[in-house]
Amino acid sequence: MAEYKWPDADKRTQIGKRIARLDGAVKVSGKAKYNSDLNRPGMLHGKVLRSPHAHAKIISIDTSAAEQMPGVKAVHIINGVGFEIRWAGENIVAVAALDEPTAEDAIRAIKVQYEKLPHLVVDHDLKIAGEWATPTNESKKGDYEKGFAEAEVIHEGVYGMPVITHCCLEPHGSVTEWEDDNLLVHLSTQAVSGIAAQMATPMEIPAGKIRVKQDHIGGGFGSKFGPDAWDVAGAKLSKKAGGKPVRIFLERDAELMVAGTRPSHYAKVKIGAKKDGTLTAWQSESWGSGGPNGSGSPPLPYVIDIPNQSRKHVSIANHVGPSRAWRAPNHPQACFVTMSALEDLAAKLNMDPLEFVLKNKALLGTRKDNYADELMLAAEKIGWKKTWHPRGDKTPGPIKRGLGLSFHTWGGGGHASDCDLVIQPDGSVEVRMGTQDLGVGTRTALAIVAADTLALPLEAIKISIGDNRFPASGGSGGSTTIGGISASTRRASLDALDKIFEKAAPTLNAQPAELEAIGGKIQVKGDASRSLTWAQACAKLGAMPITVRGKNPGPGPLTSQGVGGVQMADVAVDIETGIVKINKIVAVQDCGLIINLKLTESQVYGALIMGVCWALYEEKINDQTTGKTLNANMEFYKLAGIGDIGQLEVHMMTGKGYDERGVIGIGEPPAVSPGAVISNAVANAIGVRVPGLPLTPDRVLAALETKGGR
Amino acid sequence: MSDEKNKSDQQKSGVSRRSFLKASGISLGVPLVVGHRVINVNGQEVKLYGPTKTSITLTINGAKQTVEVEPRVTLLEALRHELDITGAKRVCDRATCGACTMIVGGKAVYSCTVLAIEAQGKPITTVESLMQGEKLHPLQQAFVDNDGQQCGYCTPGFVMACKAFLDKNPSPTPEEVQKGLGGNLCRCGTYMGVRAAVLQAATMHKGGKNHG
Repeated sequence: MAEYKWPDADKRTQIGKRIARLDGAVKVSGKAKYNSDLNRPGMLHGKVLRSPHAHAKIISIDTSAAEQMPGVKAVHIINGVGFEIRWAGENIVAVAALDEPTAEDAIRAIKVQYEKLPHLVVDHDLKIAGEWATPTNESKKGDYEKGFAEAEVIHEGVYGMPVITHCCLEPHGSVTEWEDDNLLVHLSTQAVSGIAAQMATPMEIPAGKIRVKQDHIGGGFGSKFGPDAWDVAGAKLSKKAGGKPVRIFLERDAELMVAGTRPSHYAKVKIGAKKDGTLTAWQSESWGSGGPNGSGSPPLPYVIDIPNQSRKHVSIANHVGPSRAWRAPNHPQACFVTMSALEDLAAKLNMDPLEFVLKNKALLGTRKDNYADELMLAAEKIGWKKTWHPRGDKTPGPIKRGLGLSFHTWGGGGHASDCDLVIQPDGSVEVRMGTQDLGVGTRTALAIVAADTLALPLEAIKISIGDNRFPASGGSGGSTTIGGISASTRRASLDALDKIFEKAAPTLNAQPAELEAIGGKIQVKGDASRSLTWAQACAKLGAMPITVRGKNPGPGPLTSQGVGGVQMADVAVDIETGIVKINKIVAVQDCGLIINLKLTESQVYGALIMGVCWALYEEKINDQTTGKTLNANMEFYKLAGIGDIGQLEVHMMTGKGYDERGVIGIGEPPAVSPGAVISNAVANAIGVRVPGLPLTPDRVLAALETKGGR
Repeated sequence: MSDEKNKSDQQKSGVSRRSFLKASGISLGVPLVVGHRVINVNGQEVKLYGPTKTSITLTINGAKQTVEVEPRVTLLEALRHELDITGAKRVCDRATCGACTMIVGGKAVYSCTVLAIEAQGKPITTVESLMQGEKLHPLQQAFVDNDGQQCGYCTPGFVMACKAFLDKNPSPTPEEVQKGLGGNLCRCGTYMGVRAAVLQAATMHKGGKNHG
């Protein structure tokens, strides 16, 4: 019986190396078919009529003109008369037509009467929120009043970050079609194995009759875990149209209005320390909104467990498209507020924030030594000792340079995952799993684990994913994929190898336990003269292939949870224009045992870049007068371009002390700190805190004008 | 036609496209696909298309292809939905993000904002043309080597933008790469890989290898 652990460092042939993604060629050549690329035979094009109002009741719907249009094949009312609309862009009627222009015309021909109701789409001020604000969390730890009494220096500040969207480049949507009473769903999804069960109820058919397929997905970031109302509508339109495929993918404005947001977060913070920097107390009153379901309660204070705490959170349920998980839910908000307050307090203490954090290292939890190592390494890479200066760059001229730091944590333990490893008598190997590759390199990771375990080249492993007929594997959320899929694949591969050892042993005059897989051969341990090639060994299977099921058993030597990381930023701010430029960001990150160093680093680079986007540019601007989102397009909902990100440097912590933790997810943790680290660097550069994100020129200039006050 | 002009025309005529169709007596009894008409504007003959589907010929990756589309259909949609050439993606749909980039008449264009009828008579090059048999173009190989892609949805457009950029400037500096490729957006955050890929492809070009 195999021992389920990872190979020792000197035995790894593929694990931990820098390996290019296996689906790189199909993506870069345009051959990769995303579900939004499908042109199924006879496919109809669906469109959805959306509410222009943020809060209203539907009085009447007249679809007769649309139904009579040539080329219109089906009309389906998603939300009918009497329905209470709670955000602008809410689905009302879906139509399917022969082509997209006709579907657009049909949508325009539908007449809907609304009774407008009072709405709230802003969230920066609790007073405006009124009855839509609800206290959701109040907690205390220690005696915060005593903590502040002991403090010799106290800082109070207000910080805030607005609602942003996921802005997936491939919009949400699907192509749905019926084959008799079976439904085939080509959905853009982060959860291939979990969709059928969610779709069964609205479709009123057993989940077993729903097939879900997806080869590639153009971004999810937490917003694509379920079928959406428009996907269900697509399936209903398809049914009405005799089962013909119906394609509904959101227009860009709808994508930015209704397909997911990250909740806003605002906080009044009071933080105290002794003159030597010892933290004594924290108090926060925070609020945020995430649409009709309100906001979560970000964990304040973040990572640093200040001895005496009082915190309150108020959730605003407003009339904006609902929030969805957004890469590390609640953490970027908590991190921004906490790290800003720490940096501001350090400035008031006249302390270097690096020294200040290290002074309070004991508050950094079980991985405090890792944080200290990562802080020192990041400091070295950014040149902290040489470049950091007390708050406010005193050099002449309008360009001010500053450094900032931040740190973060995340769980990332492996999700439930089943893997079928199939070995054919001719030696070919296939991994089958109902998982998905969000662009993080899931396919590549599966191949690496199987190839390393079976001592085969990567090309020898066929990877079959993206179909709910394969063994179920969890949704890609919470950075849980890599832990889950690598654990189940490692176990399946080890068990399969045992079976091959059993078959090969008699020929090699050895016991199965005496065999090893090495360099494409099955041999007696340490004796290359007694070996079979992989193909020869597999031929011993006879006529039938073997299929070995591996499961992620949960936390253990293969996967665990809990990671940390440190980021430091070097920025330049023009105090005449308010423009912030990134010079450099350094990320030092741990995530246990790394399967593929190249793509792990890509995750961190990507997280930093996404972080620059929301630190400097992103904000979903909602207009309280009309209830509409004013920038539901990509000109005014801004993302960073290739020239906006400065130089980025990523260092992964690996080896002893890290590898033993097993495989842990990486997608989210490095996406937590960028807002905090950039904001801190800007404060260090210009001498005042810009209290809100994104750090747009107007906010920077306003902060300079008011010396950081609001 | 400017928006202002458009608006005043509508106000004047009060005719929408649908009612125009009705008034013109175009119904199911009439073939839905017609060719263009020629009208005289200020002494010049101008082809007038639409509003129904019209037959047009596009020269895509060296091959002439005929499609039947309404005049309002973009080059991007004509390729994606009529010809199943789906490398270029529709993302922003208003010339901001570059995911739809193709090279038309030697210039990188946002194909979401070019009408299919306008692209007639010009060579249209898409990402599908770059591979030679099973071999990736050096620029594509550089994207793979440097991991200039994650989800890959922006990638075909980015590759075409890089191709057009390198065609004009085969030996760019890192600064030129950052300025010259500002018209393509990526959400996963692959810019570090793209920067390295462009420089690698440029180096290979300098080394005398075929740039394509």
